[in-house]
This record gives sequence, structure tokens and C-alpha cells, in this order.
Amino acid sequence: MLRYLTRRLGQAVLVVAGVVTLTFTVMRLVPGDPAVAFAGPRATPAELAAARERFGLDDPLWTQLWNYARDLAGGDWGTSLHTRQPVARDLTLAFPASLELVGAALVVAVAAGVPLGVLAARFKAGLPDLSVRFTSMLAVSVPVFWLALVVQTVFAGNLGWFPVAGEYDSSLDRTSPLTVYTDITIVDALITGNWPVFTSTLWHLALPALVVAAYPAGVIAQMTRAALIEESGQDHVRLSRALGFGRTAVLVRFALRPAAGPVLSLIALVFAYAIVNGFLVEAVFNWPGLGRYAAASIRSLDTPAIAGVTLLVALLYVGSNLLVDLVQGVLDPRVRTR
Amino acid sequence: MTASPEPAGPAEPAGPAEPAGLAGLAGPTGLGRRPARPLRLLLRRLLRTARADVLAAAGAVLLLAIVACALLAPWIAPYPEDGGTATHPTEALLPPSADHWFGTDQVGRDILSRVLFGARTSLFIAVAVLGLAAAAGVTLGVVAGYAGGWIRDVIMRVTDVFLAFPALLLSLALAVVLQPSVTTVVVALAATWWPWYARLTASVAQSVATRGYVDAARCLGVPAPLIVFRHVLPNSATPVAVQLSLDAGGVILTSAALSYLGIGVHDPTAEWGLMVQQGQTLFTTDWWVVTFPGLAILVTAFAFNVLGEGLRQALDPRGATR
Repeated sequence: MLRYLTRRLGQAVLVVAGVVTLTFTVMRLVPGDPAVAFAGPRATPAELAAARERFGLDDPLWTQLWNYARDLAGGDWGTSLHTRQPVARDLTLAFPASLELVGAALVVAVAAGVPLGVLAARFKAGLPDLSVRFTSMLAVSVPVFWLALVVQTVFAGNLGWFPVAGEYDSSLDRTSPLTVYTDITIVDALITGNWPVFTSTLWHLALPALVVAAYPAGVIAQMTRAALIEESGQDHVRLSRALGFGRTAVLVRFALRPAAGPVLSLIALVFAYAIVNGFLVEAVFNWPGLGRYAAASIRSLDTPAIAGVTLLVALLYVGSNLLVDLVQGVLDPRVRTR
Repeated sequence: MTASPEPAGPAEPAGPAEPAGLAGLAGPTGLGRRPARPLRLLLRRLLRTARADVLAAAGAVLLLAIVACALLAPWIAPYPEDGGTATHPTEALLPPSADHWFGTDQVGRDILSRVLFGARTSLFIAVAVLGLAAAAGVTLGVVAGYAGGWIRDVIMRVTDVFLAFPALLLSLALAVVLQPSVTTVVVALAATWWPWYARLTASVAQSVATRGYVDAARCLGVPAPLIVFRHVLPNSATPVAVQLSLDAGGVILTSAALSYLGIGVHDPTAEWGLMVQQGQTLFTTDWWVVTFPGLAILVTAFAFNVLGEGLRQALDPRGATR
């Protein structure tokens, strides 16, 4: 296990080094001089030179890459050109809102996807199976920005059942101000017992979370179905069936647990993808997360901020992948020798 | 499913239902001038799948219709000039009617015509992206899988790095760097999609490389490049073909998202994501401007996904016995 652990960690470190290098390369390719972008169009040559000096733009590329990596490791992710704040600070403010959205979406996705997968596997090749496969295929094929627009217009605009945009009713900041612990609004509201903010957040969260949940729910339903059908052929499942357990009971009590491994790792892998997919939804619902920050950064060609968002998501991906592999290594000894 | 020997004749009609996938398979297979037997076997399997899997068959038919729309857009579009630069300000934002089935947009262009022309843009992007990605990925993957050792390690670690960037995000960053255009979208998406092909081909090629006939060829003194092209590559082609079909939906969704974000295709060109973006502020008053282009993306991605899934199950040896 220790050998597997070190090898897998070593791989992850290599990938992170590659990710940093690639981000740096893409950043350096951006047209337009970052010094000009920082100092403004009317800067004097002296101000420009000062900006170049400040960002070390005159150093050789290797030195710049090394300095960049060293600064990243030290928590200095550069200064955003459009907020004029440290990127690391901006990210810690924006990321919790994205996490809140994607977390809620994944809860919805599991709650919908797993039962649908069980239903499809139980009535394999029947009408329920066909309709689950059809629906889950629709869910993974729908353009998320379009779904967000449709859902917003119908349920918030026309029917008025849900708020149109935002994270919670901002007038609540005066009547019941929120004490911030985790920056995840719904968690903070819950632990401080701030019910007005809690219900308002829940209400605002409903539509965007449903939209972000569509893709993971579809994938989870398909995966659960496939894993259960695969598991149904196993001897232990057939034995329980022979012992007289009903079809549904066999699936839920005996086949679902061994099938949970692949489904769990799938959820971890979908996580980083859902964050990025969430960007498009955040833009529509004006959700104060990473997506809004990324959109503003791209509009202002804010390279340090773009690089920061890219790095954060890539690190999340590497991290969740590593976690999945390690957990599977613990659960299944065969994985370690691969 | 029964494995009764079917004559070649009845299996042939499945051909037209699946031109894209077959072309991809026939290419590498033809390279080694192998007999047509695997092809016929494939046709038979496809036909069997079509009977067993209604959803996949529907996807194939749907896809065929979309390809026809794309190819014939200039002839079947009611107002072909609206697919290009024409504008009719006096007819702006007309609701769907007998003259304009899908209504008209903010500058009076017929939306049905633009949706039909949009199929060209989307399919072109999908074909170009996957062609580039598969060419690069398969080449690197075959080399990695056949060579093994440190070559494999280096290629696979680079692949891992690229895989760590979600497609939309890396494309976004690249699209900011390069000038917005169709070429940019294609290059950016290909840059994010090739690692999947490298990884897939590497694992398949690795298992093919240990087969007896490859050993035999090596012992006979056949040079490594020839072994790779005549034996390893053709036998790695099937999973790649399936993956291409599965990925096409994802490419279409991501390219539409890039256009929606204003990166990529410019206005006179009809593109579904761009049409949604241009119409989104009008959605509450003029629903048709956003609804139809979005549905076009949904239907196209759906067709590719369903077909790819069906192909995967049909060609998966374990799936065939179920």
C-alpha cells in the first residue's frame, strides 16, 4: 500500500508541475502587454517600466516560471488586474459560492440518479428502462446555458415561483445580517441559525442547482444502471435471488452496495466538470461564484485571474482523481498493483 | 442474441444507416489490405443492435437527418440568403407562422433557415475537432502503448496534465489567447480532446502488442513502424470509432458553449450557441429566438450520444452476450 501511495502521489506531483507549466505558457501567450493592462493606457514610459519591473517581465522565461511556481506554493497567486486584489483572496471569496451550487447540484443528482438507475436495472429492457435511458440521455445532451435560460424564464420569470437571480435576498443584510464562518452562505446561515437567510438562499439555489444537476444526474443514472446489471449476474446476487429475496430487494440490498464503488468514484470525477459547467449557469443566474469572476476576468483580459481560476479547477481535478484512486486502493487491493 | 450465421446479403442494408462510423473503421482496416470479413461482421452486429436497441437506432436515423440538413441547407432552407449576411429589418421578431416556421430573429432573418445552416457549422466543428484530436491522440497512444517503458511514461504524464484541464476552461483560455474564429474553436477543442484518444489507444495498443501475431511479426524481423501500422493500429480502431461517436455530442455542446460566451464564431455565420446568446435578452418577449437553436443543439448532441452508447454496447464483447 505504501508503494502504491508514494507512486500515485509522485504522479500527482508531476501532473501538478505540468499543470503549472502549461498555465504559465498559456498566460505568456496572451496578446497584449500585462504591464500596459496594469498601468493603464495613459501610463508614462516610467510607469510602464515600473510595472514591468514589478511583474518581473524582463527576466528570462525560466526564471519567471520558477518564480511563478515559488509564489504559487507560497500562496501568492498574483494580483488581479480588474479587482486590484490578490487573486488568491478573490478565489477564496468566489469559490465557496461555486462549491455551494455544485454541492447542492450533486446532492440532487445522486438523489435523482441512483433511484432512476435502480428503476431501470429492475425493469431492464422494459418501458421504465427505456424511459430512464431516454431521459438520462436528454439530461447529458442538453446545452446547460440554454436549459438555465429556459428554466429561469419559465419558473422565475413567467410563473414567478422562484427568484430570478442572486444568492439570497440582499435586503436581508440589514434585517438579519449573516455572520460569516465558512463563506458558504447556506452553511453559515444554518450553523448560526439565521433562518431568513437560510430559506432565502435555499429558494435562490433551487433553480441553478437543478440545472447544474442535469448532467451528473444523467451520468449517475446510466452508471448505476450499468453497474447494477453487471452485478446482477454475479453469483452472490443470484444466490440471494434463489434464497427467495424479491427482485427489487436483491438489487437494493445486495447489488447496490458493491456497485457503489464505481458510482462514488464517478461522482468525484464529475465534480470538477460540474464546477466548470456551473460557470455557464452562474452567468445566467448571476450567482456570485467562480464563473462570474472568470467571465469578468476574460472580459478584461485579466491574465493572473484567468490563470488562477484555471489552476484552481485543474488542482481540484487532480485532487479528486487522487482521492478516488487512493480510496479504491484501500478498498480493492488489485488496484494497487496496476 | 443468437449467433446464427447470417448471409452477407441481408446485413448489407445496415450500411447506409451508419456511414460515419464505418468510414472511420474502414480507413485503418483498409490500410493493411485485410479481408472484408471484420467489416461484414460489424455490419451484422450493427443490424442486430438496431433491432435490439430502439434508442440507438433512433439516434442513427436522427443523425442521418441532421447530416442531410447540413449538406442540403442551401437547397432546403426556405430563405437560403438568411443563412448568410442578409437582413430584413422590417420583418424583425415575427412569431412562428406558415411563412417562418421558427419565426424571425432581431434583424428579420428566418430562424429555420439559420438553424439549418447552423447544422453545417456544428458538424464541421465536430468533424474537424475529432479528426485532429484522434489523429494526434491515436498516434501518440499507439507509440506509447507499443513502445512501453519510459516513452510510455512520458507520453502518459503529458496526457494526464492536459486531462486535468476541463475542456471548456482550457478552450476558454486558449480562445482568449488566439483570435476568436472557427479555427480557434477547432484548435482549442482539439487541444483538450486528444488526451482521451491517447489514453484509450495506449491501453488498447498495449494489449494488442502482446498478442501472438505481433510477436510473430517481430520475430520475422518486421520493422516496428510497420508492425504498428499494419497490426497494432487496425486492431485498435474499433474502440476509437466508438469513442468518436460518444465524443461528438460533447464537442458540439462545448463549441456551442464557447460561441454562447462570445468566443468563436462571428455573427453572419449561423451557429446555434451564438443564436442563443444573441436572443437571450429577448427570451421573455420572443421565446422562439432562443428556443429553436437550443433545441437544435439538444437534438444533435442527443443523436450522437445515443448512437455512441448503442455502438459501445454492440461492440463490447461483454455487452453482446447480455
